[in-house]
This record gives sequence, structure tokens and C-alpha cells, in this order.
Amino acid sequence: MELDLVFLSRIQFALTIMFHYLFPPLTIGMGVVLVYLGGMYLKTRDPAYQQAQKFWTRIFGLNFAIGVASGIVMEFQFGTNWATYSRFVGDVFGSALAAEGIFAFFLESGFLAVLIFGWNRVGPRMHFFSTCMVSLGSIFSSIWIVVANSWQQTPAGSHIVPMTREVLDEHGQRMFNENGELITAPWIIDGTPVMRAEVTDFWAMVFNPSTGYRLSHVLLGCFIMGSFFILSICAWYILKKKHVDFAKRSFRGALLLATVSSLLIAINGHQQAQNVYQYQPAKLAAFEGHYESDGSADLTLFGIPDAEAETVHARVAIPGGLSFLVHDDLSFSKPVLGLDQIRPEHRPPIWIPFISWRLMIGIGTFFILLTLFSYFLLWKGTLFEKRWIMWAYVASAGLAVVANQVGWVAAEVGRQPWIVHPPIVRGDDGNPILDEEGYLQYKMVEAALPDGTPYQRYAGLSTEDGVSKAVAAEHVAASIVMFLFIYMLLGAVWIFILNKKIQHGPDPPEEGFGESKTVNMFRLEGDREHQHRADAGLWDDTVQRDDTVQRDDTVQKTPGGDHD
Amino acid sequence: MIEAVNDLTLFADGFLSLSRNSLANIWFLLLAVLLTGYAILDGFDLGVGILHPFVARNNTERRLVMNSIGPIWDGNEVWLVTFGGALFAAFPEAYATVFSGFYLPLMLLLFALILRAVSLEFRGKVTSNAWRHLWDSAFFLGSCLATFLFGVAVGNMMLGVPLDPHHEYIGTFLSLLNPYSIVVGLLGVFAFALHGSIFLYLKTEGDFQQHLRPVMWRMYFVFAALFVVVTLWTTFTVPRAVETLHAHPWLWVVPILNVLAVLNIPRAISKGIEGYAFISSSCVIAAFVVLFITALFPFLVPASNDISNSLTILNASSSEKTLGIMLLIALIGMPCVIAYSAVIYWTFRGKVKLEETSY
Repeated sequence: MELDLVFLSRIQFALTIMFHYLFPPLTIGMGVVLVYLGGMYLKTRDPAYQQAQKFWTRIFGLNFAIGVASGIVMEFQFGTNWATYSRFVGDVFGSALAAEGIFAFFLESGFLAVLIFGWNRVGPRMHFFSTCMVSLGSIFSSIWIVVANSWQQTPAGSHIVPMTREVLDEHGQRMFNENGELITAPWIIDGTPVMRAEVTDFWAMVFNPSTGYRLSHVLLGCFIMGSFFILSICAWYILKKKHVDFAKRSFRGALLLATVSSLLIAINGHQQAQNVYQYQPAKLAAFEGHYESDGSADLTLFGIPDAEAETVHARVAIPGGLSFLVHDDLSFSKPVLGLDQIRPEHRPPIWIPFISWRLMIGIGTFFILLTLFSYFLLWKGTLFEKRWIMWAYVASAGLAVVANQVGWVAAEVGRQPWIVHPPIVRGDDGNPILDEEGYLQYKMVEAALPDGTPYQRYAGLSTEDGVSKAVAAEHVAASIVMFLFIYMLLGAVWIFILNKKIQHGPDPPEEGFGESKTVNMFRLEGDREHQHRADAGLWDDTVQRDDTVQRDDTVQKTPGGDHD
Repeated sequence: MIEAVNDLTLFADGFLSLSRNSLANIWFLLLAVLLTGYAILDGFDLGVGILHPFVARNNTERRLVMNSIGPIWDGNEVWLVTFGGALFAAFPEAYATVFSGFYLPLMLLLFALILRAVSLEFRGKVTSNAWRHLWDSAFFLGSCLATFLFGVAVGNMMLGVPLDPHHEYIGTFLSLLNPYSIVVGLLGVFAFALHGSIFLYLKTEGDFQQHLRPVMWRMYFVFAALFVVVTLWTTFTVPRAVETLHAHPWLWVVPILNVLAVLNIPRAISKGIEGYAFISSSCVIAAFVVLFITALFPFLVPASNDISNSLTILNASSSEKTLGIMLLIALIGMPCVIAYSAVIYWTFRGKVKLEETSY
């Protein structure tokens, strides 16, 4: 069997980005919670806040470490596997990525050190400041990367132009004209001009038509991830009757964030769907399995899409629902452009977008119902006694992961066959102009060759043209095996350590930042003892680290009452 | 707000009066700055990783070694990430050519960097000798392999790589493992090991510190021998390196300072002023980067088969506009980065101690 380079490169990208994307939503979501806890501690000096802050910071640090390690892979992969794409988009995409490095990565990783290792080295104010910087850094990084991705979906502030290059003489020396300028010439290989996208207006590129909707969607998704992750762990503590006071407190805070985010993301999602329809109608049609452009459009709830027959079998639909969704049309009758008006070679695959889109919305709806019902029970005072609700929250962290993942899957697979989606040809009224065969048209760009022959190409880039030409399919297969191996290992160890930290639970509240005499003395003595044993060469097998000490985790009577 | 944004844009337009060629040259130098920052900072923590299994005699010492870089290695690695991002943004053609051309070595590099990162994180989480041993080995292997691959990459860039007219790499994986590049890789390993041993000496105290003294000497002698070999080899096989120095005689200052810095390391160690030895080893690494980029100029990726297929700095660069915007971003961002990096280094100054939050 011949290995397909494009297919393998896509598989590898999907594998590595999906693994990586387990972590950024967790760190972004939890970062906001840590800022809240740190701020509340500064304001009230209530040790319970600091107890929570310390516990969640430990888990945050673990998630962050794996996020960073798997993030480097993403940055390298544009060049290693998608070199042609990198050459095409580098001028536009690169400035966003460089800004991410300078503004976001340095901020995050620098202050993370203070956050995790600095408890005894800096005062509470500096610690809080560092927490804010880490959270800000993680949000910054999401901004730049979403800007770059949104530009790929709805390019703006850029144009596609033929490149020129300087000419070298036969010895490889530079050549200058009489004004001392380098001699350049159009770059044409085998009669094809080399073209790329270049920035014309930086801010128009940054605020391209989909950036705002997509960025708020991503951030709300991250808040949902972070809050349900915390809810999940707290619900488990409540079910197991461990650290109950701590758990209830954190639960209430996280529930507020989860409820607000779930409600907002529904409103935002509706607007975003309309934005997708306007700029990428093929994508929305694939989400909906929508093949009929004439008449009112129904909203499919369930069904089995069939790309061959251009229909959805066993369909359960709301009549005119899609007309309403897309046009806010209360008559439920306006037509919606369907896949029948997209050239077959420009249609996205249907199964994956159709299912992942439905899954995301289903989980989102479930979250809204769950959180609102929880508030009703909280008001009645019976929330924490309802075991089935608590079990639902334990499972909800997994659902939040799925929702975040499939949302991106729908967005990225729905963009196919393009890696950079070309704009649509529109009339003066802003509506798409169809070609004579009745298909939607994508913009072309023209360049004249020196001999006057015109040259045309799409104002975008197809995915299969984006891969690296210097890489062999076997090499990609080998690296997929490597990533599978290392990510399975990482994933297993992550879950193992996460479980350990959760089992260990929060330390009892203390009078923070070295102010408490007793706690500190205990620590100093502990250190001295460690040092003494180390000097005596006894360290290796006799001393266990703090978090490996097994505790008798029975019913907790007072806050922190289970400590030592 | 909108006005502020407009002002910024106008300011950015100021940079656009610079030609694409000047901006590309400025970015070539800025990338060298990022590379120098990376090599000096991550240099010592990679070096610490390379030495790890050879210097620590028991679990406490192993933890001391790891925690000497505990709070800072992550920030150091960001210099590499930013270097990668800046290369992509400023020289997309070079980024694409090199990253796809060096596919397998880069995959190994990623493997090494991930291994290293997680071994630091995971080692202390379970009290079991087998577990610790596993991650100790991973920490060493990751550090050593990453450093060696950096060296091999530099060696190949010095020699030039075979490229087609599309700037696509047409060599093989094995052709990257040529003798010259392997020796440059070894030089990298021992340069970082030396740099790391001095750093570790400065961060430790007492018996363990004394134990590190002979280690510094051993690393120094191996490094010095490789330094002589690579210098001679480069002079004979990479004529471009010497030509640039002849064309711009003031650049001779760099190799001269480099040699002085190399000679200052043993002086400082034997006088007991190890801080100066660390500054010297940092200077040596900086000089390596400067010599590397002078050998490249005006190319970014020289083609070994047909010089006209080379990627020059100009041909590899982004447009005037993008380079100008990026320069603005760098001018705003880098002073902040340097300021708070300094604050963080200051926070974690002093001898390494094992605390509750240590690895």
C-alpha cells in the first residue's frame, strides 16, 4: 500500500493538536479561578482561600507542564510537515505567532516559576501579581493563535502577490545596481510564479471577520473546561465525604463560572454560526447536512448523512429551523445555501463535521440544563445530597473535554478542502454570485508572467498543496508512531499523577506566606531532619516526600482535620 | 483606544521607511540575539542535565541537581520557542526549508525536549528507585540528545545543504550525519556540560560543591580539545567563514575575544572566582553564535550543490510591512521580557535548597 503523505500529515496534526488541546483550556480556565482565589485571599486573608489556591495551583502546574511540552511540537510542526503552507502564510501568520512568543509565552513560563516555587520567597502581593501574569499570558496566547486560525478561515487585511527575489551571480555573490541596491527579479520556476499572502493592514488581519466570535467562543469553552474540571474533582470529594467543606466552597465558586459560561457560549454560538454561514457557507451546510438550497431550510436534529445520495436519511428535523438559525427569520421560510451549490471538489467531508457539531451542541445544552437545575437545588438546599447529580458532575469534566475537542474538529474539518479558505465572490448587495452552472464561486488572484501570459490561482490554499515536499511519507509514519508512543506514556503518567494529587487532597489551611510560626517551625525542623539524614547517607530509601505520604482518608470532621 | 491604535500603526509605518533589505538584516541580527539568549540560558540547564548522572551520588544530590534549574528551565526554553516563532515570521522560507529538510532530526529533538521536560516534572512524584532511575535516565538522554542535535544542525548549516530551485531540501537523513557536523555536535555537548558544571558549582555548597570542582576541570579539557579541532576543521572546510572575516577585518575581534574567554575559564576556576568562569563560558557561547552568523551572511541557508539555489537573507524574508510590525512588537516586548526575567532570576537567586515545592 502506498502511504499518502497528505493523509498521514493530517493524521499527525490531528493527533498532536488534540493531545495538546487537552491542556490549554484547563490552564486558561483554571488560571482565572486562581486569580479569583488569590485576590480573595489578599482581600479577606481567609486562609481557606489560600488553602484552595495552593491545592489548585499544584494541579495547574502539572497541566501546564504537559501543555508546554506538547505545545512546542505544534510550533515546529508547521515547518516540518506543512512547509508549503508555511511559505504561503508565513508573512501573515508569522507575526501573530511571534507576538504570541514574545507577549504570551515569556509571561506565562516566567511567572509560573513564582506561582509554583515562590510561596516562601515572595510576599502575597507579588504572588498574586504573578498569578495574574500567568493567567494573562495564557489568555494572550489564545488570542494570537485564534487570530491566526481565524485568518485562515476568513482572510482579511492581506493580499496574495507574486514574490521577487534577489539574483546571485555565478559565484553566489550578491549583485548591486548603480544605486547600490540589490538587483531583484520576479521569482518564477518552470513558468509558475511563486506567490504568497502578505499583510496589507495589520489590524484588519487581526480583527478579521471571524476573530471576535471565535475568540470569545474559545475562551468561554476554556472557562467551561476549567470550571467543570474543578466541579468534577469537588463532586468526587463530596461523594467520597472527603475534604467536604473545602469541596463545597470550591464547588459553589466553580458552579457560578460554569453556569455563566454555558449560557453565554450558547448566545455566542448562535452568532458564530451566522458568521460561518456568511463567510464559509459550505462549512455550515456540512454541519447541518444541508443539501437543498431552494425553499425553507429545516434544522436536522438526528439523521444519517449520505454524501453520495446528497441527503440525510432517517431525518428528524425542525421545519424551517435552519432558516431561523441562519437568518433570524421568524417566518421560518428563507432559503439557505446548501451543499448542492458547492462544487463537489470544494465540499468538506460530511460525516465528521455533522457528528462533531451535533455532539458539541448536545453537550452544551446538557451543561445549561445541569447547571440551572443545580442552582434550583442549591436554592432548595439539597444539591450536595443528590448523589446522581454529583456523579453527573464527576463525568462532566470528560464531557467538557469532548465538547472542546469536537468543536475544533468541526471548525477545522469543515474548512476542508482548504487550509486557507479563499473569500467568496460577492455582488454589490453582498450576496454570493453563483457561476453559470449554479455553483458558489471562490475568489481567484491573477499574476502576469513576464511574457504577458496571465496566470490564475485561488485566493486561498488547498490542504493537499500545503504539505512539505521534502518529507517522505515513511518519515511521517515513523513520527506518528513516536508521538503515539510518547503521548500515550505522557497521558498515562498525567492521569496517574493527577489521581495521586486528587487522592492527597488539599493541605489544611495555614496562616500563609510564612506568617505562621508553628507551621514554619514544623517545616524548618522537617528540613533540618532531611538534611541530617541526607548527610548520614540515609536519604535514598528512608524519606518519603510530602505528597507520597499515605493518609488515612476517613470522614473529615473539621476543615483540614485530617492533617497529620 | 482607537486613536492609540492608530498612533501605533503610524509608528509602525515609520519602520516601513526602512527597506526590506535593511529590515531583513535587522531581523537576522535579532534572531542571533534570541539564539544567543537561548544558548546561554538553556545551555546551562541542558549542561546540568548532561552531567546529572555523573555528578550526583545519591538521591539528595540528584534532587539538588534538578532543582538548581527547577524554577527557570521552562522560561529558558521559551527562548527557543520564540526563536522558532520569529524565524517563521521573519524568514518563512528558511523556516519551511530547514524544518522540513531536517525532519527526522527535529522529530528526535522534540522527543528529547518532551522527555526532558516531563522527567523533571515526574521524577519526584513516586517514591520508587526504579521510577526515579527511569526519569534520571530520561533527563540525561533528553538533555544530551537535544544538545547534540543542535550542534549537528549548526554544523550542517555551516557546510550548506543540498537544495532544489524551490528551496526544498534534497539530501537524506544520513547525509546530515557527516563527520564535521558530528564533531560540532560533540563540541556543543561539552560546551554546555562545561557551562552547566560551572552553573551547578555556583548553585551548590559544601561537600557536593567540592565534588564538582574536578568535574569542571575534566569538562574544560575535553571542551578545549574539541574547540581546537573544530576551529581548525572549520578554517579548512568552510572558506566562507574566513572570507567574511577578511572582508570585514574588525570582526576579528570576535574570535580573539572568544579565545581569551576560553583561556579565562581555567584562570577563574583556579583562582576560586567561579562567577567569572561562568561569565566567560557565557561569552564563549555568545561568540560561537556570532561566528556562526558571520559565516552564514549574506545567506540564511547556503546550498551546497548549487550556490544559486541558496536562501539569502533577503529571499527568505517576509515583506517590509511584516518585518516592520514585528520590529515594533519586539521593541515593545523584549524590554519587558528582559526586565521580568531579571526579577524572576533575582527571586530564585542563591544556593539551591530542597523545599516543600521542589521537584
